[in-house]
Amino acid sequence: MPITEADIAKVAQLAHLELAEEELKTFGTQIAEIVAYVEQLNELDTTNVEPAIGGLTPEGAQTNTSRDDEIEGSLGQKTALAEAPDPAAGHFRVPKVL
Amino acid sequence: MSRRDVEFAVNAAERLNETLNAFLEIDRDGALERAANSEKSEGVLAGVPVAVKDNICVQGMQASCGSRILGDYHPPYNATVIERLVNAGAVIVGKTNCDEFAMGSSNENSAFGPVKNPWDTTRVPGGSSGGSAAAVAAGIVPIAIGSDTGGSVRQPASLVGVLGLKPTYGRNSRYGLVAFASSLDQVGIFARDIGDMARTLGAIAGRDRHDATTADVPVPDYTAALDGNLKGARLGFPSALFGKGLDQEVGEAVKNAVAVYRELGAEIVEVELPNAGYAIATYYIIATAEASANLARFDGVRYGFRAEDAPELRQMYRKTREEGFGAEVKRRIMLGTYVLSAGYYDAYYRKAQQVRTLIKNDFLSAFKNCDAIITPTAPTPAFAIGEKVDDPLAMYLNDIYTVTANLAGIPGLSVPCGLSSQRLPIGFQLLGPYWSEPTLFKLAHAYQQVRPFTERPALYASQP
Repeated sequence: MPITEADIAKVAQLAHLELAEEELKTFGTQIAEIVAYVEQLNELDTTNVEPAIGGLTPEGAQTNTSRDDEIEGSLGQKTALAEAPDPAAGHFRVPKVL
Repeated sequence: MSRRDVEFAVNAAERLNETLNAFLEIDRDGALERAANSEKSEGVLAGVPVAVKDNICVQGMQASCGSRILGDYHPPYNATVIERLVNAGAVIVGKTNCDEFAMGSSNENSAFGPVKNPWDTTRVPGGSSGGSAAAVAAGIVPIAIGSDTGGSVRQPASLVGVLGLKPTYGRNSRYGLVAFASSLDQVGIFARDIGDMARTLGAIAGRDRHDATTADVPVPDYTAALDGNLKGARLGFPSALFGKGLDQEVGEAVKNAVAVYRELGAEIVEVELPNAGYAIATYYIIATAEASANLARFDGVRYGFRAEDAPELRQMYRKTREEGFGAEVKRRIMLGTYVLSAGYYDAYYRKAQQVRTLIKNDFLSAFKNCDAIITPTAPTPAFAIGEKVDDPLAMYLNDIYTVTANLAGIPGLSVPCGLSSQRLPIGFQLLGPYWSEPTLFKLAHAYQQVRPFTERPALYASQP
């Protein structure tokens, strides 16, 4: 299926990327090329093949489960906010939402 | 090892970094202080200087992931593998340069400039863990930590002539490793000496309650495998992978290694991996899909960079991400978003996960007839800086031999096996069944007993 510039713009919007005109063009061409390449998978008949859920070993699958919900220490407000671009009064401050 | 070794490492790092650009941070004062403290340590890595890729959290140091969007972000905690390294006595000396968010095969995608190959500074060191690879190859540190999502430890190891390990999925904790593609990521190790590598894996491996995908599998004494006994060993040789696209010198060097194994008493068994040719396509669907989700967290709110002049929230997200991410990261987020978007999920993502099962089954059936498989690690020796930057697909094909291990979750080890006519290192890759790291170490060690890799790059920090 051909990928249009409108498709690329839509994807950029979904991905929260504000791409420049030139980037939209370059990415459009490159992504179309990569998508055409990955479509070679259609040569394979995968009827009745179970999708792999994450390359897990049988042993790993056993530990990928829930644990008891125990209360533990945490970073604390000061540390958690230390790297924020705009912290204010114990919060992450963001530009206006509406 | 002692304070003197750490001092040597820090001096060498500072001196060679002007040329190599392998380190993004060198913590001289901190490292020397920790070295003094570690003299009392009885851990297996007491006083050993170690370099860590800049996408793994070390408390007190930066974690930029090679990206402007994180910049000089300082994580408030240690990754589990770092906690365990430190407990074993290791001294972290600095953070190494890498492709942005570990996306790349040449280190040219770092926002802080490419790493140079110590063998030839006009060439790439491979990627994405190029800084860690170069630091070990140049003799700055004996051991470095990296991450391997599609070959990001093994491929650079091959291109700079050191050992590079990607363990079984779930062997090492990913807690504190900045996530790229969670079902493929694994913390890996670079070393010049197989004993160092075995000790390091023993120190960091094992179940971690902070990472539910770590497996509850006992961690053996990996050094016990280094016994040189290959009697009864069966090595799989997938001859179909030695054809089109493989550099002739690389092919010959790896076939010579196969001959060495035969002389050492191993039985060489022909194996088939019928779906290996579909690995790159499968990988670039799964890896980008997972990356598009994992990298959603970089939005200018909780840490790192925030774009200016964006008075509205959503505009701030978009501007921050547009200005903060480099081209390859944006390309992969876009591709991942596309393959997961409505109407395409089944055609791409589900299909790729099914092919992943086929690739995994190829290995499971091949390992019924052999203990490990040998392949080239990379199709060519190190290429020139700038050679492939404008052609993403050509760059992706560099990982053709390595991505299968990440898709299947099996361990892989790259071992140096010679130099090309241009004096560039060549490596072969050993792939084994789940939890077969001892077998891979045994095979690498036996090979190095008879074919030690003693060549040194042009840039090498010799002991004073």
